[in-house]
Amino acid sequence: MIELTGLTKRYGEKVAVDHLTFTVRPGIVTGFLGPNGAGKSTTMRMLLGLDNPTAGDVRIDGKRYAELKDPLKYIGALLDAKAMHGGRSAYNHLLCLAQSNGIPRRRVSEVLETVGLTAVAKKRAKGFSLGMGQRLGIAGALLGDPEILMFDEPVNGLDPEGIHWIRNLMKSLAGQGRTVFVSSHLMSEMALTADHLVVIGQGRLLADTSMADFIRENSRSYVRLRSPQQERLRDVMHEAGITAVSRGDGALEVDGATSEQLGELAARHQLVLHELSPQRASLEEAFMQLTAESVEYHAHTDGAGPQVPGAGWGVGAQQKKGV
Amino acid sequence: MAVAQVLTSEWTKIKSVQSTVWTLGLAAVVTIGLGMLISVLSKNEFENMDAQDRLAFDPTFVSFAGTSLGQLAMIVFGVLVVSNEYSTGMIRMSLAAVPQRGAFLFGKIAVATALALAVAMVTSFTSFFLGQAMLGDLRADIGDPGVLRAVIGGGLYMTLIALFSMGVATMLRSPMLALGILMPIFFLLAPILGNVSATEKVGQYLPDQAGSKIMQVVPPLDDDAPYGPWGGLLIMVAWVVVAVAGGYALLKKRDA
Repeated sequence: MIELTGLTKRYGEKVAVDHLTFTVRPGIVTGFLGPNGAGKSTTMRMLLGLDNPTAGDVRIDGKRYAELKDPLKYIGALLDAKAMHGGRSAYNHLLCLAQSNGIPRRRVSEVLETVGLTAVAKKRAKGFSLGMGQRLGIAGALLGDPEILMFDEPVNGLDPEGIHWIRNLMKSLAGQGRTVFVSSHLMSEMALTADHLVVIGQGRLLADTSMADFIRENSRSYVRLRSPQQERLRDVMHEAGITAVSRGDGALEVDGATSEQLGELAARHQLVLHELSPQRASLEEAFMQLTAESVEYHAHTDGAGPQVPGAGWGVGAQQKKGV
Repeated sequence: MAVAQVLTSEWTKIKSVQSTVWTLGLAAVVTIGLGMLISVLSKNEFENMDAQDRLAFDPTFVSFAGTSLGQLAMIVFGVLVVSNEYSTGMIRMSLAAVPQRGAFLFGKIAVATALALAVAMVTSFTSFFLGQAMLGDLRADIGDPGVLRAVIGGGLYMTLIALFSMGVATMLRSPMLALGILMPIFFLLAPILGNVSATEKVGQYLPDQAGSKIMQVVPPLDDDAPYGPWGGLLIMVAWVVVAVAGGYALLKKRDA
């Protein structure tokens, strides 16, 4: 369990993290989402006691980080992949971390096995690819078998197989009842792994909600239609109380009706359809919309987020504001 | 318990990078090698010296002549031990593992200093005995008054140089910056200040000028230092304390 209370970090005039209050709970994967520069890494550094907060407080299982005895046994973190001495072997890198926290030597071999680096354990980290560095960083996080795990952008630089591996790893860690806190700037990645979502923009909390609620509230589903008899189709839909918006490419978009209803409606009136397809606006768009407006919106602690515009809103239809 | 963990961890760190072997190895080889060379040359030169110079001839100090160059490798050792953490980003992992910053820093410094002391003492005694062998009948004996003090002092001097560098590197973090400031201090500042009598008084309080007094057995002709061998070493220790305390104060309060 990680608890943040009014956590704030100022660098001179610039506010990097602005009164963040939220809780990261055990047993689920919590995604920490925000565009680059939103304050995710700064927040994570404060969490580990590396940076001093200007105001506010972070507690790990109710304790300050500095109060933890052998902290790697409580919380394991992957900050950046290259946070290691390139001239040191993977084994020795992990060994010096293990020794500083009284973790037995055999655990080093175990985590190397877990991340699949046993074959290069004696090789110097200098020659590692970004993906291998990432795996070594993850091995470091797992070293103390901690109940809390924190990963800063773990999929960066990984190949598809590696990405798949880390997704499963995070899910299985949460499945074991551990607290998993993972940052990303990719909504699509979070949609696949996270159960809970904390969104920040410009250091402020924008959403603190379950993934299911976020999807329900933010992903607009609509039906796309094309017909050579577009005018008649519009009239028919209008009579049925359905509004359609025409797109630039000659297609119509309809909110609030299923493709089944629309297909049957067209059939009843013997209208020809060239396209009838259910669509779903991507979560990525919803996320961009949410964070782009973080300047104008105050923190939404209720998790509702700003209203998503109706049928007129879609790909390229709206300029991002405030960025 | 916790202290023992930090010491074990730092020992693993220091022995698992090649720069340790290179810098300490170079410090020993250069100090001993150059000391032997200067000893040979001094022996040949001795016959051309006038009576006064012969009287002030200090065979012990001559065999430590390589220290002036060998200490530079010691500086690099001290700087790299600390600043490697920063230049690689390892510092974040290290401080996440050991959040008590005092324990981290003093654990690291203790291990590095103990290693430097061991190498420096071996270097100092080897320099002395090999240097004396080169000097032939001009040689000093380890049992002569003040000689053992000078030889042990030579080891302490080299160790304190490394320790001073660790303190400065902790303050500055960047290896380039630390070396860029330390090298001129030990290479250029003393000769420049020593050239003018007004600044010479200030120059003799520099860490290397004061500290190297411990290696002298026969005072030089123009000796006007207001301190003795141990007093000089104490001045150097004061410099070291200031550098390490400054490093600790900064590490304690700033973001990693």
